[in-house]
Amino acid sequence: MEIIVFGLSHKTAPIEIREKLSFTKKQASYVHKELAKTKAVKEIMLLSTCNRVEFFAVVEAVQNGMTTLKEFLTGYHHISPEILENVSYCHTQKDAVRHIFRVASSLDSMVVGEPQILGQLKDAYALANQDEAVNTLLPHLIERSFHVAKKIRNETGIGKNPVSISFAAVELAKKIFGSLEEKTVLLVGAGEMSELAAKHLLSNGVKNIYVSNRTYSRAEEMAKIFGGQVMSFSTLKENLQLMDIIITSTAAPHFVFHKEDIQRTLHKRKNSPLFFIDIAVPRNVDPAVNKCDDVYVYDIDDLEMLVNANILERQKEARYAEDLIDRYVEQFWTKMHSLHAMPTIVELTKKCEDIRRQELNKAFSKLSHLSEEDRNVINSMTTAMLKKVLHNPVYFLKKEIDSTNISHYIPIIKKLFNLDGQPEASTKNKREDKNSC
Amino acid sequence: MNVTFFLISLGCYLNAVFFHLLHLINRRGWAERVGNISVSLGFIFHTIAFGTRFFQAGHIPITNLHESLSFFAWIIILIYLVLDYKMKIPSLGAFILPLAFIFVLYASIVPKGIQPLIPALQSFWLGIHTVTSFAGYATFAFAFCAGIMYLIQESQLKSKKFGPLYYRLPSLEILDDLSHRIISFGFPLLTIGIITGSLWANSAWGAYWSWDPKETWALITWFIYAAVVHTRFTVGWRGKKAAYLAIIGFCFVLFTFLGVNLLLKGLHSYS
Repeated sequence: MEIIVFGLSHKTAPIEIREKLSFTKKQASYVHKELAKTKAVKEIMLLSTCNRVEFFAVVEAVQNGMTTLKEFLTGYHHISPEILENVSYCHTQKDAVRHIFRVASSLDSMVVGEPQILGQLKDAYALANQDEAVNTLLPHLIERSFHVAKKIRNETGIGKNPVSISFAAVELAKKIFGSLEEKTVLLVGAGEMSELAAKHLLSNGVKNIYVSNRTYSRAEEMAKIFGGQVMSFSTLKENLQLMDIIITSTAAPHFVFHKEDIQRTLHKRKNSPLFFIDIAVPRNVDPAVNKCDDVYVYDIDDLEMLVNANILERQKEARYAEDLIDRYVEQFWTKMHSLHAMPTIVELTKKCEDIRRQELNKAFSKLSHLSEEDRNVINSMTTAMLKKVLHNPVYFLKKEIDSTNISHYIPIIKKLFNLDGQPEASTKNKREDKNSC
Repeated sequence: MNVTFFLISLGCYLNAVFFHLLHLINRRGWAERVGNISVSLGFIFHTIAFGTRFFQAGHIPITNLHESLSFFAWIIILIYLVLDYKMKIPSLGAFILPLAFIFVLYASIVPKGIQPLIPALQSFWLGIHTVTSFAGYATFAFAFCAGIMYLIQESQLKSKKFGPLYYRLPSLEILDDLSHRIISFGFPLLTIGIITGSLWANSAWGAYWSWDPKETWALITWFIYAAVVHTRFTVGWRGKKAAYLAIIGFCFVLFTFLGVNLLLKGLHSYS
């Protein structure tokens, strides 16, 4: 049994090919069921997003499994094997594990650290579970990858510093105000980016939002969207003292806010900080305003600079995350030794448990005078017996079996306990024993 | 015995400083955890050292330079642990712990023997006066660190140059709030310290106030912090101005505490 990852991603394939090879949820379900039927593929899970199409599989043999997956993909989407050859990759063994961990932790994403991929992975896993396409090794691996992703997120800062302008502006507001609750936002002028920033601020808990626009009806319209109030353009400066965060994006050819206005406002609000996000070009806020204490003016270039700094910071964190991933891969690999024998352990304990139940029922039907309490005692006694008998074999299977000796031991154990479903050789004897006692 | 424990705590604090600074550089959760465990351990040993010394001396051990420095650091660490437990201010440890460590280090190089209590100090005022004064000073140490952190963060936000510390330091509001709250807490303590000192002076020296250098400098310090508290409410001196005042204020604290004893001669020279 081998773990393999086969597929393509934004790193290897252009969008034209990715869109051709992608799967809808319904199709994915079909894929799960079809591939699970094949002999070469033991377990399968398909992850199809706009940035990647990947098969996570457990196969009997690498070469055979890969061919099966390739043929399936080319056949399903009617694409020539040569094209697929050029854009796809196949990871095996530790590399496959590492790849899955990296994907889950968003290290392989287009924007490193963006968390959507984990959700998509969880959905894909839920679907594969529902389709009964995964059972032993893959669930261990995928659930482990969720755990790793969570650890990476907590231990490193890859997800911390936003890399989009509007989110970066919100993060900046938090660096100034701490919590954004109880804060008031003023939106001057309209525009996609300013509205986006306002939306993020709202979702971060700001209390009030005012909208101002030269065209009153436009302001009313926007106020409705954000659940805010309209402020007429002419009273803007008198009411400035109520505001904490001001987003400007008017088409005015000159400054709307001057240093003198701001100094007056600051005095009225006892120097409580003010944060200007000036998205307009030409700028709406006089850059000299930034010189006032407790006032922070950021224009679009400044925000761009912050985003660049954030990207650098994320890259630094990503390097550390890679080190962590290496460690988690090693951990998983060691643990996987015990997983090699997992199916056999499950079969073995299940078989013994079945026998125990059967025999117990037979005995109880003969001993109908037993009280509930007696039955419980006998029940737990037989369980304990079984557990003790199985303890050594199970321990051995868990600790001693690895990929080097698995082909030697597993058949022996299967044979010893007749786990392959051959007719039971000794049933008759057992029955005779029973009768004699 | 108490000195042994004291030196063990010194080692723990050194370790704590190292890991908190490491955390400031690499921002790894484990570095901070190791740092905090070290600080807690150090604090436990420091407390034992204080307790055993109290027991051996038979009076509160804040009567010479070593004891004062040690107690000052102890109370800083105590406040740090409480703050860290209650509000977890990012990177605060990397600023306050080196400061506390310097005091512990200083305490370790001055004579550490227990001296018999001189008659002038044999009073029940000793405990109240020293503990309140040092607790007040310790809170100002926090305001000092918060002020430095504020100025660093503020200059990055103003200049729009986002260095590594931009990501590590808390928000301006948290720092300003910490400074404000800790001074509001420490200022009354200093006031009580000065008043009890004055009452004690009356019973020991026969006058409430005799313009001894320590008294004078303590009064100047008191005025600075009074100004910090007052200007915030009246003219809204917050943020940067408050940060500068807190830093200046702490320089006066240091001079009142250490400078006066080293440079000027007066009634307070016990160390």
